[in-house]
Amino acid sequence: MILLIQYTLIFAAVLILVALGGMFSERSGIINLGLEGIMVFGAMAGAMVMVLLPSHASKATIIILTLVAAAVAGMLSSLFIAVACINFKADQTLIGTALNMLATASATVIVKAFNTSRSDGTDFSAKLDYVTGHKAFLIHIGELEVSWFIIVAALLLICSTVFFYKTKFALRLRACGEHPQAADSVGINVYAMRYAGVLLSGFLGGLGGIIYIAAANSTWHFDYGVAGAGFLALAVMIFGQWKPERIAWSAVLFAVFRSLSNVNGGIDFLANLHIPGTIYNMFPYIVSLIVLALTSKNSRAPKAEGIPYDKGAR
Amino acid sequence: MEKKPSFFRRPGVQTVLASIICAILGILVGFLILLAMNPSHAVEGMTAILRNFLKYDQSSTTLMYYFGSTLVKAVPLILCSEAILFAYKAGLFNIGVAGQYTVGIMASLYTSIALGWSWWLCILAAIAAGALWGFISGFFKAVFNVNEVIAGIMMNWIGLYLTNIVLGSKKVMDQSTSKTYNILSKNPDALLPSFLANVFGHNQYMTIALPVTVIVAIILLVVLNKTTFGYELRATGHNKEAARYAGMNATRNVILTLVISGGIAGFAASMFYLTGIEQYTLASSVPGMGFNGIAVAFLGGLHPIGAIVAGLFIEYLTMGGQYLDTNYFNPQVADLMVAIIIYLCGFVLFFKHLMNKGKAKALTNVNAETEENTTTDEKDKEV
Repeated sequence: MILLIQYTLIFAAVLILVALGGMFSERSGIINLGLEGIMVFGAMAGAMVMVLLPSHASKATIIILTLVAAAVAGMLSSLFIAVACINFKADQTLIGTALNMLATASATVIVKAFNTSRSDGTDFSAKLDYVTGHKAFLIHIGELEVSWFIIVAALLLICSTVFFYKTKFALRLRACGEHPQAADSVGINVYAMRYAGVLLSGFLGGLGGIIYIAAANSTWHFDYGVAGAGFLALAVMIFGQWKPERIAWSAVLFAVFRSLSNVNGGIDFLANLHIPGTIYNMFPYIVSLIVLALTSKNSRAPKAEGIPYDKGAR
Repeated sequence: MEKKPSFFRRPGVQTVLASIICAILGILVGFLILLAMNPSHAVEGMTAILRNFLKYDQSSTTLMYYFGSTLVKAVPLILCSEAILFAYKAGLFNIGVAGQYTVGIMASLYTSIALGWSWWLCILAAIAAGALWGFISGFFKAVFNVNEVIAGIMMNWIGLYLTNIVLGSKKVMDQSTSKTYNILSKNPDALLPSFLANVFGHNQYMTIALPVTVIVAIILLVVLNKTTFGYELRATGHNKEAARYAGMNATRNVILTLVISGGIAGFAASMFYLTGIEQYTLASSVPGMGFNGIAVAFLGGLHPIGAIVAGLFIEYLTMGGQYLDTNYFNPQVADLMVAIIIYLCGFVLFFKHLMNKGKAKALTNVNAETEENTTTDEKDKEV
C-alpha cells in the first residue's frame, strides 16, 4: 500500500507539471504536442548535472542545480516550437511531432557521445547512472519515502493555480488563446504572450521530465525517450478541461491506475484476481477514453489554438 | 488575366522545391553536427551516410540486395504516411496511425504464426484490425466529439499493450529469445509472394509489397481527386461547417475516413511483417512507424506520390546511419538528421512565401486563387 502511494505521488507529480505546461501553451493558442520531447531534453540535462557533479557536493546544491538545468533545458527546447509556430506560422502538430523525434534522437546521440568520451571508447550505451543524485532527493516521513521532486511539484501546482486565476498576465495569456485579434486590439502583444505560454510549458515540461526519470529510478536509458509520458499528460490536460485544479485531480486518477500496474502483485486483493500487469497498463487509457466520451459534448478547447496568429488576417 | 503562371510560380513546383530545400538544409545541419562531434572524420562520416549501399558498387548483386532491403523497409513508412495524409485531407490528424499499425502487426503475426492462415487472409486480418482501431477513434470523434488526436493517442497505448499481451503468448513468441517466431519456419504459406527477387540479388524479402504500395498510392490519388467521396472529404477538410451545410454527411465521413486510414495503417504492418524480414519484440513504447509517417507525409507535400519519394529518401538516410564508422559516430546521427528535416518541413509555408516575394504585387487574381488553394491545406486545420 505504501508503495502504491509512493508511485502514485511520483506519477501524479509528473503528470501535473507536464499537463500544466501543456495547459499554459494551449491557453495562449499554441498546441504543444512536443511535450514528450521537452521532457526528454529536461530529463537529459538534469541527469547530466547529477552525473557530472562531484560526489561530495551537498544535497542542496545537487537539488537546485538539477532542477535549474532541467527547467532551462526544457525552456530552450520549447523555443524550437515557439520560433517555428509563432514567428514562422508553421503547422503546430507537425512541429510538435518533429520535436519529439528530435529530442529522442539527439538525447541518444549526446548521451552516447558523452559515455564514449568518458569511458575512452569502451561504453557505447545511451544509459546514465545517477545513484548519488537520486538519493539526494529522498526524504523519509515515517515509512513513506518522499522525494523533493514531489514537494516542488506541489508548490508549482499551487503557484500555477494562483497565477492562472488571479493575475492580469494570465488573463491576457488566456485571451490570446481565445480571440487573439480582440486581444491585440486592446494592446496585448499576442506574439509575446504566446512566447510566454510556450516557455512556461518548456519550464514545467523540463521539470516533469527530470522527475519522471529520477524520482523512482537511478538509471535511465535515453534511447527510449520518456515512453509516452508527455502524451499521457496531454490526455490529462484535456481530461482536466484546460483548468489547473481539474488537471490536478485527473492527474491523480491517472497516476493511481498507472501505479497499480507497477505494484498490483503487492496488494493481496488484486494479486488474487490474477490479472496480468499489462491489463492495468491499459486502464488509464480506457478509463479516460470513456470519461472523455461522457464529458466531451461540453468540452471546449481554447478557441484559437492551433491557428497561427496573423496580424493582417481579417 | 489569363496569363499562365511561370514554371517556378506553380504551386506544385513550389511544394517540391520547398521539400528539397528542407532536405538539403537538414543534411547541412547534420554535417555541422558531425563536425561538432568529430571534426577530423566528419567528411568521411557524411560521405558514408549519403553514399549508403552504393559503396557495394563492385558487385551489382550485393548492391541490388541492399537496395532491395531499403525498398522493403520503406514500404511500411510510405503506407503509414499515405494513411496520415488521407485523413489529413479530410481535416483529421490521425495520430492513431501508430496504434493502428501496431494492431496490424498483432493481427498479421497472430493469424500467420498461431492460426496458420495463408498470406492474403493475414493481410485481411491486419486491415480489419487497423480499420477497427480507426473506427473506434472515428466513432468517439463523430458521436462524442472527442478530439481525434487524443482518442488516437489513447488507442495507440491500448493497442500497444494489447499487442504485447497477444504476441507475448507462447503460441507466437519464442520465450527463449523473446522474439516472435520466424514466419518462414512456422508457416511459409503466410509469407507474401516474392517479386523480382532475382533482380535484387536474390533478396528473399522482395515481395509484392512494393508494387502494391505504388498501386495504393495511385488509388488514393484517384479517390481523393476524381471521386465524389474524395471531393466531400476535401471539402470537409477545408471547411467543416460549409460541407455540412451543403448536405454532406459529416458523421459518416469522419468515421469512414478514419476507418480507411486505419485500414491502410494495418495493411502497412502486414506488408512489412509478412515478408519475414523482422520479428516483433515486446515494446515499451508505441512503434515509431506511425509518427515517422507523419513526417514523411509532410515532406512529401501531402501528396500520395510525393509520399513515395519522401519515404524512400527518409529510409535511405536512416539506413545510412548504419554505414557510419562507430568508432567516431553513432548511427542515431542519421535519425537526428531526419528529425531536423522534418522540423524544417514546418517552414515550408515560409519558404514558399520567400519564393513569391517581390512578385506578390504582380499577382493576378487567378494566381492568388490557386495559391490560396494550396496553402489552405496547411492553414485551415484545427486539432
